[in-house]
Amino acid sequence: MSEQATLPPAAPLEPDAGKRRFDPQGLIVSLITTIVAFLIAGLVVLATGHNPINTYRAIFNGTGLAWLIPGVGNRSNEAANLQQTLLDTTPLILCGLAVAFAFRCGMFNIGGQGQYFAGSYAAVIIGSSWASIPGPAHIFLCVACAALAGAVWGGIAGFLKATTGAHEVISTIMLNWIALWVGEYFFGLQGPFVSSGGFNPISNDIFGNVHLPVFWGSAVLQGLDIGFFIAIGALFVFWALLNRTTLGFEVRAVGYNPEAARYGGINVKRNYLLALAISGSFAGLAGATDVLGWEFHIATSDILVSNVGFLGIAVALLGRNSPIGVFFAALLFGALTVGTSSRQLDPSVFDPQLAGNLTLIIQGLVVLFVGADLLVLSVWKRIRRAR
Amino acid sequence: MTAAPLTPSRAARVSELLSARHVAIFGIVIGLLGAWLTLPPILTRTPTLPILLGILAVAAGIWAVAREVRRLGWGAVAAGIFSIVFGLLALQSSTSHLQSVFTWGTLLAATLRYATPLTFGALGGMISERSGVVNIALEGMMLMGCFFGIWGSVTTGSWELGLLIAMAVGGLTAFVYGIFAIQFRADQIVEGTAVNFLAVGITGYLFIQIYGPNGTPDLSSAESIPDVHLHFLGDIPWIGNFLDEVLGQLNLMIWLVMILMVVLYYFVFRTSIGLRLRSVGEHPRAADTVGIDVYRTRYLAVTASGMLAAMGGAYLSIGFVHSFNQDMTEGRGFIALAALIFGKWRPFGAFAAACLFGFSSALADAVPAAYTNSTVTFLQSGALFQTLPYVLTLVAVAGVIGRSVAPAADGKPYVKQ
Repeated sequence: MSEQATLPPAAPLEPDAGKRRFDPQGLIVSLITTIVAFLIAGLVVLATGHNPINTYRAIFNGTGLAWLIPGVGNRSNEAANLQQTLLDTTPLILCGLAVAFAFRCGMFNIGGQGQYFAGSYAAVIIGSSWASIPGPAHIFLCVACAALAGAVWGGIAGFLKATTGAHEVISTIMLNWIALWVGEYFFGLQGPFVSSGGFNPISNDIFGNVHLPVFWGSAVLQGLDIGFFIAIGALFVFWALLNRTTLGFEVRAVGYNPEAARYGGINVKRNYLLALAISGSFAGLAGATDVLGWEFHIATSDILVSNVGFLGIAVALLGRNSPIGVFFAALLFGALTVGTSSRQLDPSVFDPQLAGNLTLIIQGLVVLFVGADLLVLSVWKRIRRAR
Repeated sequence: MTAAPLTPSRAARVSELLSARHVAIFGIVIGLLGAWLTLPPILTRTPTLPILLGILAVAAGIWAVAREVRRLGWGAVAAGIFSIVFGLLALQSSTSHLQSVFTWGTLLAATLRYATPLTFGALGGMISERSGVVNIALEGMMLMGCFFGIWGSVTTGSWELGLLIAMAVGGLTAFVYGIFAIQFRADQIVEGTAVNFLAVGITGYLFIQIYGPNGTPDLSSAESIPDVHLHFLGDIPWIGNFLDEVLGQLNLMIWLVMILMVVLYYFVFRTSIGLRLRSVGEHPRAADTVGIDVYRTRYLAVTASGMLAAMGGAYLSIGFVHSFNQDMTEGRGFIALAALIFGKWRPFGAFAAACLFGFSSALADAVPAAYTNSTVTFLQSGALFQTLPYVLTLVAVAGVIGRSVAPAADGKPYVKQ
């Protein structure tokens, strides 16, 4: 049999959870999960001799979320911070969708990171070549090629799963590492696209007319660019693709039960390939929005520490694979990333390096508890019964 | 009805298949030979021979594929291409460089060093998956072992205690994973990923909290796992030098993992407790019916697997690298998992696969040195060679299908009745 999976197929967490208009159980699980994750992480902070309340307050103050409450704080400061948060939310939405789309097809795409790399490499290489192309066309070319590069990188895992049954969890993890080292080669010393050598080699800069226009805040101070709308648009595309097309129907059918889908005449292997390619194109877009929006080049040291693709897993799980859920989960993690960054967090309150790892702990706890929704719900019911 | 005898046409087909098989195997052999000729000690300095042998191997492969011997045929094609590429690449380096890089003894010793953490991980994975629990979290448990191994060692001043602390923490991590995977019947792949994230976060947090920007202190000899010196091997005539290079100075943990491999093979496949373990992984309902406690077995197996993975981690930090840095396992837990699958869920197979991946890591480390004066820039930058273990793992996972069957209940939560 060719379908002897080397690992059991990754069971989707209710592949159709997002289709229902309202999903009260899902909302409850997500909320409880978030609260418990922050509580436990707070205990870690407490146990290592820091004040968790001050820490969380300092992190929150850096996020700019206070801007949403009228009349609070320094408005222009808060606006600038919120722009940063939304800048970080943008790739998280897209990487979250990359994971969510594969989940809806019954697959676990841990390769968002590699697909994000592929997209960002394509964007920076094309954006720094061919100066003669007019700006808008060049931007479109960069974005399209980034999506394509992500699709190819995800599609490799999909192709291997479809033809040989290689489990996507292992193959996507391997593809992440391959993408990382290819980037270290591309933009590292003696690489083909490096601009300056030295201690931390960086890639060529993309041309000025390929920068995505900033629509909120100052372009010089890294305001919010229109990449944010690419992410919002992707949320709608995700919804329409799944719920209003034949392809989406087939993807969901495979996600529910591959055997039944095959019995119903659906080409399961083709759907594995397509679903991972589409997943990859979402993550590839995330790479494009980062490069064209505010990074403008890739530093080899950034490649080593980037984890936006992995955060996408927590975003998708917390958002229960639905577009609205993904949006809010991405906002949460975008805010956390900005609030714990060395630029925003006061080191006298809490070391930003520690805070970065705190984000990882919260992310892990979120995935741990969302995965165990049976547990969360049973505890919830027990509490309600006790009342 | 009697069994139909082999008709002449069928017999002819069988013999044709056999010969196609032989041609394919011949192709693989000459392909590898072509590559080997370019390396020390032969060092052909002309590309003609490896390319000729490579083309011959590709031809043999295609001939075999056309006769339905697919797997071996493609293997021969790959070996032929390998030979051609190797022949061209080797000429980009100088003889002296090649000689310094390809000292086979050193390379094999490095292979064993790299294979050891993978084997620990794979053995852990075997115990867990034979009981029916998929362990994607090997990576995280290994990372916990890395950090707590070095922390325990530095704090107590003895590597033995460091190793024990690493095993305790690895076991605890695995036990927590077990609570979610076994008791709450959560999706094992998702929970495993969660444990991996948590491990990166917890070890990174504690690393910064405890050691700050300077990193872990230099280890004294009491704090690092010692090497075993067997230099008397050098006195053996003929092969003594080579044996000394490979086995003369290996870390204690390398020998330990080889002993563990044999012990675990005996335990899982030759004892009644091992049989119970496997029955829980194959058919938990039946095992339950005859009175085996499925949950208890799985908890024990998962905890043991965490301890084994953590031993691999501790070897990495206090036996091999002698320091800790963030996320230092670099996907080794997943490569260990691939080695387990490649080795068909058996200890010796997993070790062989781990050696293959370890060899590619050793090669990736050694090869760039051969090209420091090369004119081809992509060979100078070592980055691309670093992809080698991952590419190989990808190929192995893709190529293994149809021959490797997981325990039947692997990854399926069990509901007590």
